[in-house]
Amino acid sequence: MQKYSVFSLIKNAFSDHMNWEVAWKDPTPKKEYDVIIIGGGGHGLATAYYLAKEHNITNVAIIEKGWIGGGNVGRNTTIIRSNFMYDANGRFNEFGMELWRNLSQELNFNVMFSPRGIINLAHSDAQMNAYARRGNSMRLNGIDAVLLGREEVKKHIPMADFSDDVRFPIYGGLMQPSAGTARHDAVAWGYARQADSMGVDIIQHCEVEGFNITNGKISGVRTSKGEIKAKKVGLCVAGSTNILAEKLNMTLPIETHCLQACVSEPVKPLLDGVVTFGAGHFYISQSDKGEMVMGGDLDGYNSYAQRGNLPTIQHVLTGGLALFPFLSRLKMLRTWGGIMDMSMDGSPIIDKTHIDGLYLNCGWCYGGFKSTPVSGWTFAHTIAQDRPHDLNSELSLNRFSTGYLLDEKGIGTKTWIG
Amino acid sequence: MLYIKCPYCGMRSQNEFAYGGDASIKRPELNKDVSDKEWDDFVYNRKSPRGKHVELWHHVSGCRQWFKAQRDTATHEIFKTAMMNEEI
Repeated sequence: MQKYSVFSLIKNAFSDHMNWEVAWKDPTPKKEYDVIIIGGGGHGLATAYYLAKEHNITNVAIIEKGWIGGGNVGRNTTIIRSNFMYDANGRFNEFGMELWRNLSQELNFNVMFSPRGIINLAHSDAQMNAYARRGNSMRLNGIDAVLLGREEVKKHIPMADFSDDVRFPIYGGLMQPSAGTARHDAVAWGYARQADSMGVDIIQHCEVEGFNITNGKISGVRTSKGEIKAKKVGLCVAGSTNILAEKLNMTLPIETHCLQACVSEPVKPLLDGVVTFGAGHFYISQSDKGEMVMGGDLDGYNSYAQRGNLPTIQHVLTGGLALFPFLSRLKMLRTWGGIMDMSMDGSPIIDKTHIDGLYLNCGWCYGGFKSTPVSGWTFAHTIAQDRPHDLNSELSLNRFSTGYLLDEKGIGTKTWIG
Repeated sequence: MLYIKCPYCGMRSQNEFAYGGDASIKRPELNKDVSDKEWDDFVYNRKSPRGKHVELWHHVSGCRQWFKAQRDTATHEIFKTAMMNEEI
């Protein structure tokens, strides 16, 4: 594989950049693989990469119905954080933060990881208490957390509405300084390029039509490009999890919902980190191009449509305007939607299934992007060793029937509200 | 924007309604032994199909009645709405 560097850039400039190697190949599927990963999104690509790198399993295929990086890894708002209260979620995502910090070097691909901090705003005493508690839990797990008062928040975001007559005055906030953003497409492409160079076949435009299971053990998948045998199969399909589960006669603690995001026209640098509104569902950051990147509520009913409705955008931006009145003068550039695998407790599932050799990676709700590296890392371990890693042992499928839920927000099973 | 036909009030805009989830979920019968699996299916497990889905809606800013709707989860076309005691 051609190494990307300033020297290769200069060298290729002499030939008008016409001689770059392709970043990944377009192979025809082999008859059999050791492992098939279904879903060529961030998590699937990362899983294949770590299977090859950490476990030396390179006879791997990624099967993707569309094109790689065309789903949620290309549709998210690029936020990376580990500000969780529960040990299982905190430790899992903090391990992910470690992977993020070195990812550009490791993949030889600039993922533009930018740890610029996230502030969750509080608008009441009770909310400040809740954030103090969450911050303490984070610090016990070695995650950086700083409780900010109103004046400290004002230093970070002076453009927010700090006047006295607002409906939800800013009391303070919880900050994770090491949180940040990254270039989402680059994450998918960087993992794809490295996985490909280690022998992984990335098979695009190939739809899974069914599974071959003999005596409770997986033996392969039926696809639009024919049957492919495999000893092990991993599902990494986010919003399409329920569709594949139906083909497996499984019902899962997951519903599929549409989440929208939007960007404004680009403006000069204004907002440094990520800010979330605490009195409504709204979050905002500014991209390197200058666009304000915003999102909030789910559309509010089961949906497989990768586009959203206007009432939800209006509702979300009403919250945004309450926090940042300057937004009213910006024009909206784009809105889009992605379909989320909303789990019943808001936490993901990375586990084995009752079918031997079939592994499940799902339930990311709207927080899958930040976990891309650690999800791939732990899922690769789960597949290679046929047992979960300590980091994902609590992200189990049976936690619902046994009662060991990880309900970070304490809102129960109404997935469309979460 | 969805337009939803409330069985009591007629066609209204989505803003007047709140969603209530899968309408096919049935609580296990009272006064009977219920297995963990049955509770699990009742509380957590959902089919969440791509296509026709029978679901609950609440006309919360209108007559405040709950009712059922059959909607396509990919196209959002609403085929039918019905009162709670009616079958879809």
